[in-house]
Amino acid sequence: MMESVDINFYLDVFLLFWLVVTAVAVVFAKNLMASTILMGIFSLLMAAEYLVMGAADVAITEAAVGAGISSILILMALFLVGDREAKQKGNMVVPLVVTVIVTAGLLFATYDMPSFGNQFAPAQIYVSPYYLENGPIETGVPNVVTSILASYRAFDTLGEVVVVLTASISVIMLLGRLRKKEEGDK
Amino acid sequence: MNDHIILRTVIRVLVPFIFMYGLYVQFHGDYSPGGGFQAGVICAAAFIFYGLVYGLPETMRVIPVMFVRLTASLGVLIYISVGVITMVMGENFLNYSVLSEDPVRGQHLGILIIELSVGITVFSVMMLIFYMFADRSR
Repeated sequence: MMESVDINFYLDVFLLFWLVVTAVAVVFAKNLMASTILMGIFSLLMAAEYLVMGAADVAITEAAVGAGISSILILMALFLVGDREAKQKGNMVVPLVVTVIVTAGLLFATYDMPSFGNQFAPAQIYVSPYYLENGPIETGVPNVVTSILASYRAFDTLGEVVVVLTASISVIMLLGRLRKKEEGDK
Repeated sequence: MNDHIILRTVIRVLVPFIFMYGLYVQFHGDYSPGGGFQAGVICAAAFIFYGLVYGLPETMRVIPVMFVRLTASLGVLIYISVGVITMVMGENFLNYSVLSEDPVRGQHLGILIIELSVGITVFSVMMLIFYMFADRSR
């Protein structure tokens, strides 16, 4: 048992270090194409980190959506606007001050959070034990995440699906009708 | 990208496997990680790869725009219908226990249908957004 805890610790250090490195590199990369690829790497590292934390469902979503689909969509947008970053204008002091204050506030707030895996954290003592104990029995579905998302919290998931549909409707409204096949093709 | 013979061949070999993996994530989601949302994205990724290499008209011949427009709404319709059916059968909205004689079987059935409808909607929406972007980029 001790062995596996150690491996997780080293994996965390490794992944978090490279997460910070890629996040900084995204900001400093002048070429937007490079930024996009770095964002994809960031998402992939994040997916690995979720996997280390034991959230396999979230890891699949992050790898498929964050590293896959959104990279492709950003690349296609870059195809339209070009991959050169516009010159930064204006005063940089105000954004710096805001960022420092927000970071300090967030760091201060983490001291009030329960530690990772704390069994007495509010998230672990309210409805979670009920779902973990009764989910497989009541729904016949061994994957607790699926039973919560699709059965106990089905109404929330309905809201999510409607949000996804609304997003596609907004994209259709923003980008307009598809061009006729004949005029667009070579 | 018509002259990239390696890309074209690799994509042609890979697309069925990606799609198959998407279906696995969809229908095995109650036993292993995954579910409708992830499956929809993975299946859409298969066709988006195809579209990136083989071009938009080829992809639209496989999956027409009108088709994904219909199925995007169809997924949400199936989802709400399941809820309404459970209400008609005398239970709360989206309580699947009444869908079968055995409540546990009913729950399992309801979860399968719900995940499938989520998968259909997410797949269609991803394809639609890809079509819209790609049409602009042409």
